[in-house]
Amino acid sequence: MAGGGKGGGVVRRAGEQLLPWLLPLGLLAVWELAAATGWLSARVLPAPSDIALAFWTTLLDGSLPRHVAVSAERAVKGLLIGGGLGFALGFLTGALKPAEILLDSSLQMLRNVPHLAIIPMVILWFGIGEEAKIFLVSIGVLFPIYLNTFHGIRSVDRGLVEMARVYGLGTAALYARVILPGALPSILLGVRYALGIMWLTLIVAETISASSGIGYMTMNAREFLQTDLVLLGIIVYALLGKLADTLTRWLERRALAWNPSFHTALETAS
Amino acid sequence: MTALLQALRRLPLPRSVAVPSPSVTAALPRASFERARPLELRLDGVVKEFAGRRVLDGLDLTVPAGQFVAVVGRSGGGKSTLMRLIVGLDRPSGGRVLVDGRPVSGLRPDVRLLFQDPRLLPWQRAVGNVGIARGPGWRERALAALDDVGLADRAEEWPSVLSGGQRQRVALARALVSNPGLLLLDEPFGALDALTRQEMHRLLRRIREEHGFGAVLITHDVAEAVALADRVLVLREGKIALDLDIGGPDQRPDESAVAALEARILRDV
Repeated sequence: MAGGGKGGGVVRRAGEQLLPWLLPLGLLAVWELAAATGWLSARVLPAPSDIALAFWTTLLDGSLPRHVAVSAERAVKGLLIGGGLGFALGFLTGALKPAEILLDSSLQMLRNVPHLAIIPMVILWFGIGEEAKIFLVSIGVLFPIYLNTFHGIRSVDRGLVEMARVYGLGTAALYARVILPGALPSILLGVRYALGIMWLTLIVAETISASSGIGYMTMNAREFLQTDLVLLGIIVYALLGKLADTLTRWLERRALAWNPSFHTALETAS
Repeated sequence: MTALLQALRRLPLPRSVAVPSPSVTAALPRASFERARPLELRLDGVVKEFAGRRVLDGLDLTVPAGQFVAVVGRSGGGKSTLMRLIVGLDRPSGGRVLVDGRPVSGLRPDVRLLFQDPRLLPWQRAVGNVGIARGPGWRERALAALDDVGLADRAEEWPSVLSGGQRQRVALARALVSNPGLLLLDEPFGALDALTRQEMHRLLRRIREEHGFGAVLITHDVAEAVALADRVLVLREGKIALDLDIGGPDQRPDESAVAALEARILRDV
């Protein structure tokens, strides 16, 4: 299909590939021009070249990698703790009716508290140390993963569970081979949703109370009117978010290769 | 994995389902399968009630080991309930269900049920579905069972890419892999198109000749019952309304004999 097409086809396909880039690249050029002529003040918006320069200098002096590493570590720790807890709770309430009766209504109540609203309390409890940020991220990611694990386990096809019983699967094998794989699409959806919340929580937590991390870097730069650094921080957040999303998509495609909707996604992508 | 498949292909086994007639296949040597020990089924005054409604009303029945019985009846006539009692998913409200002379006390590997829908795990490949119970040497046995239903070359496919008939064949292989002595079929071909259904009938007849298991087939299709069974029961309002010994499918001389049998059964449904 792809190879051996006519020259016109190649040009048209190249055009189709380049076309989406036309608008952002054009905007970037206009922006650079406006900054260079002084029409756009660096205090409002620094030139793209200034941001690139800021990236280069912070990369060389090691401050950018350090801040990114600190932020990423908080994100991963929070995700592991909150996600692990959410999965365990969702598994418990999904698998055992008494656990659902005991826990679910309380968890649903807690879920409705916006977790960023408890920042003042968190600062009182933990100060501005690492625990505060990790705690906030954990709380943020716990509920989407809890809900989707619970829902995923509950929506496993009863017919398959009955079949597995007829074919002699014990409880452990039933969970390993039928219930968890059946719940996996829903769980991974929860993970993707949780990743969005994870970065959002971290940005807010780091801008309010931190002495390191990308959020701290941007807030600190704001104090000194270093708008290029502020924008750099925003771009780094965007890239990290995109990276996390790409990772989960990749994970989904690998883990859900049996699902026909992922087949086609894979085939059209390659 | 591929080496194993190739080794399987070298075995002198017919792999295609589209065989001209069951008698031809039966004549071919198939050494890969030990014959099952057929199991006798007996019902002693079996009663099943759901919320005061009597679905099965004192059924007495003996199915000798190795016999193929078709149970015909309208929907809601208690056919599926009967199946669940025999396989051990449910217990009777009264009376006894005996397999091989012993009361059914739970699920057992030599009694297998083929459901209306294939119920394959979408996240397991065909071979993984057939060998769902795992255990030592499961893959070899699963591959042999897939070969038996003519799907050796689809062993590594996901269920989602198989056709409806192929999926039901994988389900049949899954039932065969533990070498059952009694196979229960709960309208397994109801959702298939007419041609595929005939193909499945031929396949089932061939496999039964090889394995020698007894079978209970639930169906609302009288033609299907006559095409497969040695004996037809009509279940009506929880009781056996007709019990007709019709001999094996190969004992019907011509179309008119089949039509006469179907008409006879339909009178009582």
